[in-house]
Amino acid sequence: MAKQEQVSLTGNEAVAYAFKQARPHVASAFPITPQTEMMHKFADFVANGEVDTEMILVESEHSAMSAAVGAAAAGARVITATSSAGFALMWEIVYVAASLRLPICMALVNRALSGNINIHCDHSDAMGGRDAGWIHLFCESAQEAYDNALMAFRIGEHPDVRLPVMINYDGFIISHTADSLRMLSADDAWKFVGPYKAAYSVLDTENPITVGPLDLTDYYFEHKVGEIEAHKRAFDVVRAVSAQYGALSGRGYDFFESYRLDDAEIAIVLMGSTAGTAKDVVDAHREKGVKAGLLKLRLFRPFPAAELAKALAGKKAVGVMDRAASFGAWGGPLFTEVRSALYGADRQPPVLNWIYGLGGRDCDLRQIDSVLERLADAARGKSGETVNLLGVRL
Amino acid sequence: MSTELTVASYKTDLKPIWCPGCGDYGALNPFYQAMLDCGLQPKDTVIVSGIGCSGRFPYFCNTYGFHGVHGRALPTAAGMKMASPHLNIFAVGGDGDGLGIGGGHIPHVARKNVDLVYLLLDNSIYGLTKGQSSPTSPLPMSSKTAPYGYIEDPLDPLAMYIAYNISFVARGFSGKPKQLRELFTQAIRHKGFSMVHVFSPCVTFNKQVTFKTFNELVKELPEDHDAGNRIKAMEYALDRSTLWTGVFYREERPTIHERVVDIQNRAGRFKDLNELLDDFR
Ligand SMILES: Cc1ncc(C[n+]2csc(CCOP(=O)(O)OP(=O)(O)O)c2C)c(N)n1
Ligand code: SF4
Ligand SMILES: [Mg+2]
Repeated sequence: MAKQEQVSLTGNEAVAYAFKQARPHVASAFPITPQTEMMHKFADFVANGEVDTEMILVESEHSAMSAAVGAAAAGARVITATSSAGFALMWEIVYVAASLRLPICMALVNRALSGNINIHCDHSDAMGGRDAGWIHLFCESAQEAYDNALMAFRIGEHPDVRLPVMINYDGFIISHTADSLRMLSADDAWKFVGPYKAAYSVLDTENPITVGPLDLTDYYFEHKVGEIEAHKRAFDVVRAVSAQYGALSGRGYDFFESYRLDDAEIAIVLMGSTAGTAKDVVDAHREKGVKAGLLKLRLFRPFPAAELAKALAGKKAVGVMDRAASFGAWGGPLFTEVRSALYGADRQPPVLNWIYGLGGRDCDLRQIDSVLERLADAARGKSGETVNLLGVRL
Repeated sequence: MSTELTVASYKTDLKPIWCPGCGDYGALNPFYQAMLDCGLQPKDTVIVSGIGCSGRFPYFCNTYGFHGVHGRALPTAAGMKMASPHLNIFAVGGDGDGLGIGGGHIPHVARKNVDLVYLLLDNSIYGLTKGQSSPTSPLPMSSKTAPYGYIEDPLDPLAMYIAYNISFVARGFSGKPKQLRELFTQAIRHKGFSMVHVFSPCVTFNKQVTFKTFNELVKELPEDHDAGNRIKAMEYALDRSTLWTGVFYREERPTIHERVVDIQNRAGRFKDLNELLDDFR
């Protein structure tokens, strides 16, 4: 295992360090809360000559992603970052980045979408891009944000994958909170990430290519199948890269983390920083003799349906906590996918849903406690609402 | 209920939360006065703002307010004016909002000559996001995203407005509130798209473009400046040694609303289908 330094950094700083260690050729960025400090930090690295990156300060996120796509099509390793409205404005090109199979790495510092204006955390921005073709990683802490940011390059750039990767971490809760974490040395990180050689480049004059031409009823569908298949292949790549990173850093990662889950009778499923709070509540219930557990999803895209169903099969009740609403849908986006993954599974548990924490509403111990209480009731066969709201004043 | 209008009629009980000394205070007070000078009814007035410190403007005005997304104050305001031509519509936003992320909207509202007033509060920085370079940051200004100095040329907003043929182009400085009041008043009275560019320093994050900078460089346009002369207006706009303030350019021409009504009237002549069919008989 590599020697590592114990450091105190905010999530934004941690990701800026990871991006520096990956030595991107190009960074394009536009400020937006709570992402801004990440790019400030990275801009300092560039200005101080600590990383040899061309930094493009653009005038909007639409341009940030456009510049990223242009640079990646020219064969560069590219980073960018945004939040909320910025991601919404990027959206048109977010699809293009994945369709053109450009492995851009982006920090999406999760923040609620307008309106009304809100700068705090929820996952509505990420969910707005959940079908765009990117790989989505979610993080519980600054440590995970750092680790995932390093692994993102290896996953996205892998020849079997060639897809952009989004590193999601909760606005303010992770981005602005100083945390203690372990960081690889620049050498070890570089040995792990390694240089990037693009498969195709618009600047390769020996082999001229055109990127993104008209693709109608003749081949468009087949090209979409290419993306679908790349997502399927990404599972193995995520596993292999994570295993290698685990051996190097001592921090193992998989599609999800199972916390006291194996023998659990009731289980919560969620993504992001709330996992930390949920672990405490699970512990408290365990002390009372309740067999509670947690499944913290790290890989949201591609969605590891089979593994997830296997981990949750036989539970007496499962509660999915969504930090985003899908208006008009029956439950939150994570819920519908988890439930669908479990449909037809062996020993299929009842699956309930809680929508929580919109616009940064604090999710405290008591709220998660009430979820576990309800799951315990459901496990005893007591009926109730399937889709619920948590921590809202009604 | 009709009570006599005073400056207080336009204020909310919300105390502005800009930093002490922020240039935006210097724009807000003359704006209240100009609304009063023009006798605008608060109930018939809407202020649409972008995102930024400047975007807080409507919170402090006792009118209708609309706080939208970054860069889109102008098209939102134009939409409002098209739907309700009787309303007094203002758009307010920063240099980033209006000239960066939303910079594409100005020429098109100019082409339409929508009858509204746009207050662009320019501090040469992204204030709300704590100090990054903006499209009007002069060289070699440093910022959080350009620690050792910016490397891109700034825009020339006044020259752009005049080139876009905006029908009323003025510039003021929040350190000169009396003149600003006059400029706002004229802008409100102008029929068509009125652009008022205001130097409005950010005292917290911009230590390089400051009140001092403008106090030294700002000068009122000569009294005999002919605002109908677009070439002359452009010359003043491009002057680097002096930052002229006043009404640079003004032209009376039909607004989009008038043109729409005109088309409707002409179309209305054919209300009778038989009359149309006559052409084919
Ligand atoms: C789509 C989008 N991108 C980025 C932001 C973040 N943001 C908020 S205000 C701002 C810049 C503000 O600068 P300016 O328009 O000059 O207004 P000021 O604060 O200086 O008055 C930015 C980039 C946002 N709100 N929405
Ligand atoms: S940060 Fe600057 S622009 Fe914003 S309120 Fe303070 S002084 Fe004004
Ligand atoms: Mg500004």
